[in-house]
Amino acid sequence: MTGTASLQFGLMLATVLFLLGLIGVLMRRNLIFVLMSLEIMFNAAGLAFVVAGQRWQQADGQIMFLFILAVTGSEVALGLALALAARHHFGTLDTDLISRMRG
Amino acid sequence: MASPLYLIPLLPLAASLLLGLAGSRLPRVVVAIIGVGATAASFVLTAWAGSHFLSGSLQGQTQVLYRWLSLGELQPSIAFYLDPLSLVMCAVVTFVGALILLYSAQFMAEDDGYARFFCFMNLFVGSMLTLVLADNLLLLYLGWEGVGLCSYLLIGFWYRERRNVTAAFKAFLITRVGDTALLIGLLLIFTQLGTLQIQELMQRASLQWPVGSSLAVAAAALLLGGAVGKSAQLPLQTWLPDAMAGPTPVSALIHAATMVTAGVYLIARMHVVFELAPIVQWLVALVGAATLLLAACSALTQWDLKRVLAYSTMSQVGYMLLALGVGAWSAAIFHLFTHAFFKSLLFLSGGVVIQGLEEEHNILKMGGLRRDFPLAFWTFLIGAASLSAIPWVTAGFFSKDAILNAAYGSNVGFWLAGLIGALLTSVYAFRMVFLVFFGERRLEPRRRQGLVTAVPLVVLATLAVVAGYLNLPHGGTGAFTALLRGSFLSTASAAPGEGGAAASLQVLPIIATLAGLAIAALLYLRQPRWAENLGTAPAIRVLHRFWFVGWGFDWLYSRLFVRPWVYLARLNRADFVDAFYTGLAAVTIALHRLLSLSQTGRVRSYALAAAVGTLVLLAVVVLR
Repeated sequence: MTGTASLQFGLMLATVLFLLGLIGVLMRRNLIFVLMSLEIMFNAAGLAFVVAGQRWQQADGQIMFLFILAVTGSEVALGLALALAARHHFGTLDTDLISRMRG
Repeated sequence: MASPLYLIPLLPLAASLLLGLAGSRLPRVVVAIIGVGATAASFVLTAWAGSHFLSGSLQGQTQVLYRWLSLGELQPSIAFYLDPLSLVMCAVVTFVGALILLYSAQFMAEDDGYARFFCFMNLFVGSMLTLVLADNLLLLYLGWEGVGLCSYLLIGFWYRERRNVTAAFKAFLITRVGDTALLIGLLLIFTQLGTLQIQELMQRASLQWPVGSSLAVAAAALLLGGAVGKSAQLPLQTWLPDAMAGPTPVSALIHAATMVTAGVYLIARMHVVFELAPIVQWLVALVGAATLLLAACSALTQWDLKRVLAYSTMSQVGYMLLALGVGAWSAAIFHLFTHAFFKSLLFLSGGVVIQGLEEEHNILKMGGLRRDFPLAFWTFLIGAASLSAIPWVTAGFFSKDAILNAAYGSNVGFWLAGLIGALLTSVYAFRMVFLVFFGERRLEPRRRQGLVTAVPLVVLATLAVVAGYLNLPHGGTGAFTALLRGSFLSTASAAPGEGGAAASLQVLPIIATLAGLAIAALLYLRQPRWAENLGTAPAIRVLHRFWFVGWGFDWLYSRLFVRPWVYLARLNRADFVDAFYTGLAAVTIALHRLLSLSQTGRVRSYALAAAVGTLVLLAVVVLR
C-alpha cells in the first residue's frame, strides 16, 4: 500500500468518524451520550494526526495524539462531574430540559 | 477714609442672614429690634459718613474692600463709592427704610411670617444700598438683581394666594426683560471700554466715543432698557399695579420710595453715556412724558387705593425720567428725594386705613373716615398735597417746579405733558382724599393703629412739607442742587435746567394744580352726581374702561407674547428633541429582544451553531 493511498483512506475514516461523532452530539439528548460522541470526535481528530504523522514519517502525529488523550481525559472527568451535578440538581440528563440559560 | 462705608450695606445684609437662619426661633420683639435696628444703624452710619463728607472736599471717595475676581481685563472690586448722588440715595434708602420698618413692626404684628418679612426687607435694604454705593457696574448689577429678587419675594409674601404669586411672577419676568438689556449693555461697555468702574468708564467713554456715535447710542439705549424695566416705565410698566399684592409697607418701600427709582439712579449715575447719545436722552424724556400721562389717566379710574398709588408712582417716576431726559439731573434726583417721602407717606397712611377697615381696598366703598382716622387723614392729606404739588407749602411743589422749568427750557412739548400731568395728578390725588375721608361714612372701622405706626407717619409728613426747603434758592441755586453739582461736574447742561421758563409761565403749573384740586372737589365732594352722570356717557365709559385696564397693555402683551408662547409650549408638549433619544432607546431595545431570541438555552443548538460557523469559516478559507 502506498503512503498516499493510506493517507486518503485514513483521512476518510477520520472524517466519517468525526461526522458520526458530530451527529451524535447534535442528535443525542442524553448528556452521557453527548460526552461519548465528543470522545468519538476527539478520536477522529487524533486518528487524522496519526495518519498524517505516518505519511511524512514524523513522530509529531503520535505525540499530538498523546496530548489529545490528556485533553480528552480531563474533558471526560469534567464532563462526568457536570453530568453528576446536573443529575443531582435537575433530576434529569436531558440537555433540552436543562435550558435555564434561555434569554 | 474716616467712616466704614462698607458697613452701611453690610449691616442690613447681616441682619437678614441672622433673621433668615434663626428668625423663627426668636421672640417677635427681638426680631423687630434686629430688623429695624440694622437699618436704623445703617442710617446713623450714613449720617456719619455724610457729615464727614459734607465737611470735607465734596470729592467722590472710593473705598475698596477687596478684588472680587480677576479675569484678564475684568478686575472688578467690591468697592463702594461715595459722592453727593450716592449719599442722597443712601440717605433716602436708609432713612425711609428705617421708618417703614418701624411702621411694619406694628403693622405686620399679627402676621405669621414676621421674621421672614424682616429678613426679606433687610435683604432688600442691603441690596439697594449695594446698588447705590457700588463703585463698578458689576457690583451695581449684583444689587440690581438683589432688589429684583426681594421685590419678587415680597410681592408674593402671602404666597398662599394664587393671585399674589402670579403678581410676583409677573413682576419678576417683566423686570427680567429690562435686566437682560442692562446686562447686555454692561457687556457692551466692558468690551468697548475695557472697564466697568463707573467713574473711569465715563471718562473713557467721553474720550473714545464722539457725541452721537452708534456705540454710545447702543450702550445708552440698553441702559435705558434696564431702567425702564426696573422703574416701571413704558413699555415695561405693567408689573407695578399688580405688585400691590404685597404687604403695604413693601409697596411703600420697594414699589414707591426706592426700588422703582433705581432706574432713575442708574441713568443719573451714567449720565455721561447718555449725554453722548442725545437721541437716547431725548427718548428718555419721551418715555417719561408718555408714562406720566398714561399712568395719570389710569390713576384717575382705579378704585383700589393701592393701585391708584401705584399708577401715581409710575407717573411720578415718569416726571423723573422727563427731567433726566432734558438734562436736569439734579431736578430728577430732587424729585426722587421728595417723592420718596410723600409717596411712602401716602402708602403708610393708606395702609392704616386699609388695615383699619380689614383689608378693604375699594375707595368707592369708603367715605367720611376723617374722624375715625384723624392721624391717617392729616398725614394722607399732606402726602396728597405734596404729590399734587400744592404751591409753596409742600415739598412736591419745589421738585416738580424744577422739573417743569427744565422741561420748558428744553422742549415745550415735554413741558406741556408735564403741565397736563400736574393737573391730572392733582385730580386723582384729591379724588382719593375726598372719596376716602369725606362724604358719607359707609364703613365702620374695626381696629386702630398703635403708637409705633404714628411715629413714621408724623416724621414723613413733616418731611413731605419741609424737604422742599432744602433746595430754596440761595443766590441762584438751591443747596441741594449745589450739593449734587459734585456728581454732575462734567455736565454743562445741568445749568440750563434751572429757571428756563418766564415768570408768567411759572404760574401755569400752579394754576393747573389748583384747577385739578377744584375739579376733584367739584366732582367728588360738592356734586358727586356729576361724576356719576359723566360716567354714564358711552364714550366716557369706554375711555374709563380703557384707562382702568392701564391702556390695554396687559391685553396686548398677553396676545403678543404670552399666548403664542403658551401655544408653542402646548404644541411641543411631547418635546420633539426628546423624540430622537426615546427613538434611539426603542431601537436598542428591539435589537436586544431580537438577539436574545438566539439564546435558547439548549446545548445542542449551540453546538450546531458552532459547527455551522466552523463550516462557513472553512468554506471561506478554502473557496476564497
